[in-house]
Amino acid sequence: MNNPHHLNPTSLKSRFTTRFLRALTKIRAQKPISSSSPTEIFRRYRRIKVAADKSMAYSVRSRRIWSRAMLWKLRSRSYRRQDPCSGRRSGKTNQAIMKKSSNENTTTRREDGVGFVEEADELRQLVPGGETMNLCNLLDETAHYIKCLTTQVQEMKKIADFYSF
Amino acid sequence: RRSRSKQSSVSSIADDQITDLVSKLQHLIPELRRRRFDKVSTSKVLQETCNYIRSLHREVEDLSDRLSQLLASTDSDSDQAAIIRSLLMQ
Repeated sequence: MNNPHHLNPTSLKSRFTTRFLRALTKIRAQKPISSSSPTEIFRRYRRIKVAADKSMAYSVRSRRIWSRAMLWKLRSRSYRRQDPCSGRRSGKTNQAIMKKSSNENTTTRREDGVGFVEEADELRQLVPGGETMNLCNLLDETAHYIKCLTTQVQEMKKIADFYSF
Repeated sequence: RRSRSKQSSVSSIADDQITDLVSKLQHLIPELRRRRFDKVSTSKVLQETCNYIRSLHREVEDLSDRLSQLLASTDSDSDQAAIIRSLLMQ
């Protein structure tokens, strides 16, 4: 199978793990870790979750519609926090992502009673950037997204197990 | 079924593509992998895909939660190098 988007499991795995461990180190260094107030624990939980999603998106880079959408979302979150005047910039970037995904394939959604339009829409909500995808792209992107998510879960489990000594 | 005769050859190529992509997806989902030789409807495949993605998202949340508790209790920095090394060597 000559698939240009074929995942190389070893390098995606190690790219993710390296980035994620680096992020965990930073998170540990940030606050007095001994403080275990519920707010602190929740903040740390959020930072870790964002770091995990970010590490995976950066490891895939802009090779996929879903990773581009996720990277854009992560970047505009941090822009919005620092610079309230970035509204115009974000709008343009979103259009660029949408154009790129809808021009690639002319398959349109079928409404002739094939019977899975609702399920497809539900899937669009779960896959980053899904709202802009036609059906073929959605199915293709979903397969890749699932492979990456399972890698992410596997690696996070390994790390948690190591820290659990 | 009526509308099938109106379809051009272009959209039947797209149909095959979609069928291929759906069966590729079916293979990735643990729930459906054992039913490989059964005919599973596209609607069911997409439904189970959604359920599977949601469960993966939950796993990421649970693991992040677990890690945030664990980070609070571990202070040693020296074992981190060992962890990184052994994880990357797998």
